[in-house]
Amino acid sequence: MSVDILMPALSPTMEEGTLAKWHVKVGDTVKAGDVIAEIETDKATMEVEAVDEGVIEALLIEAGTEGVKVNSLIARLSGENAASASAPEPVQAARVEPRAVSAPSAVQAPITDPELPEGTTFIKQTVRDALRDAMAEEMRADDRVYLMGEEVAQYQGAYKVSRDLLQEFGPRRVIDTPITEHGFAGLGVGSAMAGLKPIVEFMTWNFAMQAIDQIINSAAKTLYMSGGQIKSSIVFRGPNGAASRVGAQHSQDYSAWYANVPGLKVVAPYDAADAKGLLKAAIRDPNPVVFLEHEMMYGVEFDVPQIDDHIVPIGKAKVRRLGQHVTITAHSRMVGLALKAAELLTQEGIEAEVIDLRTLRPLDHATIVESVRKTNRLVTTEEGWGPMGVGAEIIARVVEHGFDYLDAPPMRVCQEDVPLPYAANLEALALPSVEKIVQAARAVCYVS
Amino acid sequence: MARARKSVEVAKTANSQKDLLKFYRDMLLMRRFEERAGQLYGMGLIGGFCHLYIGQEAIAVGMQSIQIKGDQIITGYRDHGHMLAAGMDPREVMAELTGRSGGSSRGKGGSMHMFSIERGFFGGHGIVGAQVSLGTGLALANQYKANGNVAFVYFGDGAANQGQVYESFNMASLWKLPVVYVVENNQYAMGTSIERSSSETHLHRRGVSFNIPGEEVDGMDVEAVREAGARAAAHARDGHGPYILEMKTYRYRGHSMSDPAKYRTKEEVDEVKKTRDPIDHLREVLDAKGWADEAAYRAIDGEVKAIVADAAEFARTSPEPDPAELFTDVYLEAAQ
Repeated sequence: MSVDILMPALSPTMEEGTLAKWHVKVGDTVKAGDVIAEIETDKATMEVEAVDEGVIEALLIEAGTEGVKVNSLIARLSGENAASASAPEPVQAARVEPRAVSAPSAVQAPITDPELPEGTTFIKQTVRDALRDAMAEEMRADDRVYLMGEEVAQYQGAYKVSRDLLQEFGPRRVIDTPITEHGFAGLGVGSAMAGLKPIVEFMTWNFAMQAIDQIINSAAKTLYMSGGQIKSSIVFRGPNGAASRVGAQHSQDYSAWYANVPGLKVVAPYDAADAKGLLKAAIRDPNPVVFLEHEMMYGVEFDVPQIDDHIVPIGKAKVRRLGQHVTITAHSRMVGLALKAAELLTQEGIEAEVIDLRTLRPLDHATIVESVRKTNRLVTTEEGWGPMGVGAEIIARVVEHGFDYLDAPPMRVCQEDVPLPYAANLEALALPSVEKIVQAARAVCYVS
Repeated sequence: MARARKSVEVAKTANSQKDLLKFYRDMLLMRRFEERAGQLYGMGLIGGFCHLYIGQEAIAVGMQSIQIKGDQIITGYRDHGHMLAAGMDPREVMAELTGRSGGSSRGKGGSMHMFSIERGFFGGHGIVGAQVSLGTGLALANQYKANGNVAFVYFGDGAANQGQVYESFNMASLWKLPVVYVVENNQYAMGTSIERSSSETHLHRRGVSFNIPGEEVDGMDVEAVREAGARAAAHARDGHGPYILEMKTYRYRGHSMSDPAKYRTKEEVDEVKKTRDPIDHLREVLDAKGWADEAAYRAIDGEVKAIVADAAEFARTSPEPDPAELFTDVYLEAAQ
């Protein structure tokens, strides 16, 4: 009786990895706890241990193979009492379809981007590397720019966004902090008041609730309270929103929280080109900027324009897909879901216009209203909770500036009004999905 | 490269007649200024919160005397005395208290939110303890720029129980940041005495687990403050990291104007006023040395009264901010 050894998921969001090395060969006897292989992801290198006794019957993936999908068969073990799967239990046995993010190459850049010069060439790059490049370019250009946060330097970033920055810029400018969000956020703001341009990384925005007093009371308000004397040019950045199966405390979308505060700018990019261009703009901005990334997007590849200084202006939305029947607004990871929903809607004869908000404060409502004037119907999407949320604000602005153009009550697609559950099925039910967006679009188009 | 910066070296016995007369004048200015602010509050000209510095003057004056150009000061909400010590114009401070366009923040900050970058005064912060992290960040900027400057971070015995204070202590010591933490221990965190709020009441020991040296100082004796301040500043400026000075002091008034201070007895307050008052104490020193006579005191008194009267008149007559000011200073224009 043989047992399948599957490619393990080493983190909640891992979808594939490199099988770097086998520590065993066919015919070897292994017992539980023996290291049998090394697996690399873009975030970490991990050892895989056997959980059963037996003899290695076959190694099915060659060492050095990249892009090995989680849960694919990598080896086979024979043994008398080998009754259960050998490799560590995959974190997520059955991936829930709507959560899986694949590189949406088909729906990318359907419209010529007027922001880019003619003849611009592109390279494929992950959001993670685009963010890294943005920081590196700005640090090269301005000595006042420095990066501070937990594990940003020697560990190379908890999500590897700051990879190689320590090597290039040294410990003066890439600073590992203790686990002390409230404290280092305050240090960052203080140093900004003294003229530096810090990038403060939160390992996730969930932990920044410890620091929210410094972000709002010190960074956002002091320019005003000082009558324009005290400036805080500072970027707070990190992953925001739900990752995958990490539970309610680690899965919150703070878009609406920060976008509520005058004095802050709030940016939430979707693809790698915007991640790079908007982060560079955020670092140069003389105001405090909350920069919301998404863990599920870090590893996704997109086309990034190869131009010297790719800057995307803060405060300008982008029409990602043209359509005349319904306007769908989205930001961050939701843009991918909205584009996918738009594709599905085509089959039913509904052409959706998808607007990527890119910036939540200042919100480019002119672009949204202009779209609604054409489509007369609106669906907003966001990963966070609905009440007092991004969708609520967008609908208020559309009602204010385009009431006469609406042919149906707008609808919001957002997280259900509960803390995010852990169970795979409940989590999928709670989060917005392609299907929910499709349904909402049908509803506002009065198609059953 | 670090510019060569030398800390001021002082010994208590070496203060000159000129130094001591200046300290006397500066402390008296704070006292009279705050008394007048209290009056204006009573008249309804000052609104909101107003935390007076009366009784604690020796700390701001003594510490200011050892600072060098480029050093920064940051404090909490009991901040008027520090503004005056830093050299801010009494007119703009008083006019900020009355919320007028002539105020330091053009009327948009109020009592707790005034700043002067050119004087090294970084506020004025209303959230208890927040200035400790911010001030440690000022020190981080000094180290980053290698400018030889020190950040002087003031907080009270109340703030000493906030978590971010210790997060900051840890990083300041770990990274040897040039910062002096000055704890103004006036014995009461609003209405709660230090004995009722603190498991370790000797606040200069609060840095022990972070390897930060600390000492207790008589905060009612301007010369003692100056001497300890010079020692602490030299430690920080020479690259040895943070230093804690616990200033034992006392506030004569309530926590804010609306606090009747029923949590302590009148006798306790009177006893401090009679035996430990920082201005009376310095006057005794001056008298003993024969460095000031009645005429000299009268001259100082007259000068101070005139400055305060002028500031109050300015604050009363300066116009309210233009309504258009409502929407300014929210964002800075991004350069294109």
